[in-house]
Amino acid sequence: MPDAPSRLMIQKDVDVTIIEFIDRNILDEANIQQIGEEITKIIESAGLPKLVISFENVDHLSSAALGTLITINNEVRKKNGQLRLANINKQIFEVFTITKLDKLFQIDKTTADATKKLSS
Amino acid sequence: MPREKIANQLELASRFDEVARAEREVIGALQAYAYGETDVFAIKLALEEALTNAIKHGNNLNPNKRVKLDYEVGPQAVTLKVCDEGQGFRPGDVPDCTADENIERPSGRGVMLMNAYMSEVQFNDKGNCVTMIRRRDN
Repeated sequence: MPDAPSRLMIQKDVDVTIIEFIDRNILDEANIQQIGEEITKIIESAGLPKLVISFENVDHLSSAALGTLITINNEVRKKNGQLRLANINKQIFEVFTITKLDKLFQIDKTTADATKKLSS
Repeated sequence: MPREKIANQLELASRFDEVARAEREVIGALQAYAYGETDVFAIKLALEEALTNAIKHGNNLNPNKRVKLDYEVGPQAVTLKVCDEGQGFRPGDVPDCTADENIERPSGRGVMLMNAYMSEVQFNDKGNCVTMIRRRDN
């Protein structure tokens, strides 16, 4: 069976990988699982992963999506890499503050800010 | 704006693609009453969490088990009741996901978000039905 189309848009800025979501709603369990698997592959293939995940296009996300982000963060840390989140709108940011995940993740206003902080 | 409350009962198969169908119908009712962005965001999130819990943890994705959603949308408040055919659970037993020792656990945030975004959240004694009310914000 052919692979499902990617749910991510990926760019490289020197050694930083910038990931954006294609979906506006990161709710559906099957999509979230696929997103997790795609990002895990990126982490596995990187020597020292430096990732920026941008929420530019995201209007909704669920606790399952938060769970996947936590798993991604744990995988990045295991490889001594860094993960930063960016472009989170007010409503989505509230979900992070309610769950106190704004303390766990490093969050920047823009992708450019996050990329700059990760660039060596 | 409709004169009567919009109410319906949906029976969903224990599959995740059923969640989107239920959400579309409830959001359609919210739009008929011109609920604002904050309310729609909150209700969609709480409904997503309740239905996902019912399908995944309640019915264990068993294709022979159904999830029932009763909703009632009025001009000032929205009531959602989600029931599964599972064993039920005790919401008090879910570990506090904001505690330092649990912050890196990838699960356990659904009920917390339901409580945060709805005005009232009540589980039945068995723990397989949740009733949630959100009073209109904007």
